[in-house]
Amino acid sequence: MNWFTRVRNSLPFVAKRSTEETLWVKCPGCSEMLFTREYEENLRVCPRCGHHGRIGADERLRQLLDEGYEVLPQPEVAEDPLKFRDSKKYTDRLKQARAKNPHRDAFTVGSGAIEGHPAVVGVQDFGFMGGSMGMAVGTAFCQGAQRALTRKCAYIVATAAGGARMQEGILSLMQMPKATVMTRRLKEAGLPYIVLLTDPTTGGVTASYAMLGDVHIAEPGALIGFAGQRVIQDTIREKLPEGFQRAEYLHKHGMVDMVVGRHELRGTLASLLDYLQPRAAA
Amino acid sequence: MISYLEFEKPVAQLEARIAELRSAAEGDDVDISAELRRLERKSADLLASTYAALTPWQKTQVARHPARPHFRDLVHHAFDEFIPLGGDRYYGEDEAILGGFARLGGRRVMLIGHEKGNDTESRLRHNFGMGKPEGYRKAIRLMEMAGRFGLPVVTLVDTSGAFPGVEAEERGQAEAIARSTEACLALPVPMVATIVGEGGSGGAVALASAERVLMFEHAIYSVISPEGCASILWRTAEKAPDAAEAMKVTAQHLEKLGVIDRIVPEPVGGAHRDPATAAGSLAQAIGEELDALAGRSADELRRAREERFLRIGGA
Ligand SMILES: [Zn+2]
Repeated sequence: MNWFTRVRNSLPFVAKRSTEETLWVKCPGCSEMLFTREYEENLRVCPRCGHHGRIGADERLRQLLDEGYEVLPQPEVAEDPLKFRDSKKYTDRLKQARAKNPHRDAFTVGSGAIEGHPAVVGVQDFGFMGGSMGMAVGTAFCQGAQRALTRKCAYIVATAAGGARMQEGILSLMQMPKATVMTRRLKEAGLPYIVLLTDPTTGGVTASYAMLGDVHIAEPGALIGFAGQRVIQDTIREKLPEGFQRAEYLHKHGMVDMVVGRHELRGTLASLLDYLQPRAAA
Repeated sequence: MISYLEFEKPVAQLEARIAELRSAAEGDDVDISAELRRLERKSADLLASTYAALTPWQKTQVARHPARPHFRDLVHHAFDEFIPLGGDRYYGEDEAILGGFARLGGRRVMLIGHEKGNDTESRLRHNFGMGKPEGYRKAIRLMEMAGRFGLPVVTLVDTSGAFPGVEAEERGQAEAIARSTEACLALPVPMVATIVGEGGSGGAVALASAERVLMFEHAIYSVISPEGCASILWRTAEKAPDAAEAMKVTAQHLEKLGVIDRIVPEPVGGAHRDPATAAGSLAQAIGEELDALAGRSADELRRAREERFLRIGGA
């Protein structure tokens, strides 16, 4: 193995794509072909239809935090305690996901500031096994909260999950109360906890830390819900209402405070943090 | 009349044979008591050995058995008094989740749980035990009241999951479940939860985030139904038995994983064969747990509750 292949293999998340594919990207919203570089420079928001594309943890942290933030190492948790196997072994699925992602699981924490306001930001990455919540995600969420408690600053979490990490069975379900222990501690410490709901946020994540914020912000068009749309459709056997479980729909039904486009997120968070200042211990 | 599960067929045949012999013997002089005794012993042995070796999927069938005692049956047999309280004070009364003051032995408690219903009419009324936001918000209201009046909270969990519907989503199913979980964790009084049938996902956790979690011997508790898991990971619901096995949904597995604390024994052949005895064991177990927790401070209780969840996966 020569030096180059070694390096390339150690950077497995650098996809080998043809120039053609790298140059252009198709908008998932309006199918328009966009220049990749321009799309990325526009924070992966389609300039034509405003569709907000999904972004990874590192990109999200870069977009939200001031330069010079620290990325916390992801926690080591018991791996595959159930020895789970469907058509594939869970350990193989993990290996596969890690080969395509710079992180070892779906939740990454950055500690820094947003326009000068001290903040810890946790980001759930849909790109890693659908952002599914298992022990690594739950534990990383808790470590982010713990860092905010130590720094006595705000905790902001960008949620994204297709569901639970079924391969961890009940242990994944137990992450719901576990994360809730920490949101309670933030509340007791008088620290702000802000949730940024991104596409998609569903299942147990929605029914725990995604719905317990002091302020809920949703990205435009984000799918947010508890039950899956197909499950609901099979239950009621009717057509779902227009825009059902989308960010704007949740705003209308009182579940989120505001729908904010990606370009305004940093500024919005900074203004909120200005109001939600931790009170000095009495 | 017992409705038999697929894997109980050999038992069903023996029991049918016994019933046949009995009715044939009536008014007859032939003494068949020896044969009857032999068959009865054989049948009892077979039932015991079958139930001692249930697979996770078979346990799923038992946990969902139509004749399994549900909340109201268990309350009837196990508690001395139950004063139901209704409504969430925001929207409505959800009969999928029942709650109120109850007496267990000499102990006054706040009792909350899912009710699935036992026949078509009651199943519809209780929405098959699938709670809506107003049900979880009622649970929150009752838990907060219990905290203010020093009443321990006892929950009986039995749901396939929270109701998946358009209106439930619109009224904040996710938020209601999250807040109910939070309300459990905030309780300044003892909380003992028991999974009595199905512990289905977030709809179960919302009433089971307690410092002591018990499970009936043949109950199941899981992050998603075996069918749901199978249809996603195996791409067919027919693989549900494999999913039940892989997800480790049984009380015996979950005790080993440290997710539950105690298994409540069921009568041979499952709780549905003898609801009164099952309820008696339940009352005994919950009573002992409550007595062990009595006298602890609010901080101690909350700390114990927090630690049991924080340690899962490390923190
Ligand atoms: Zn577009």
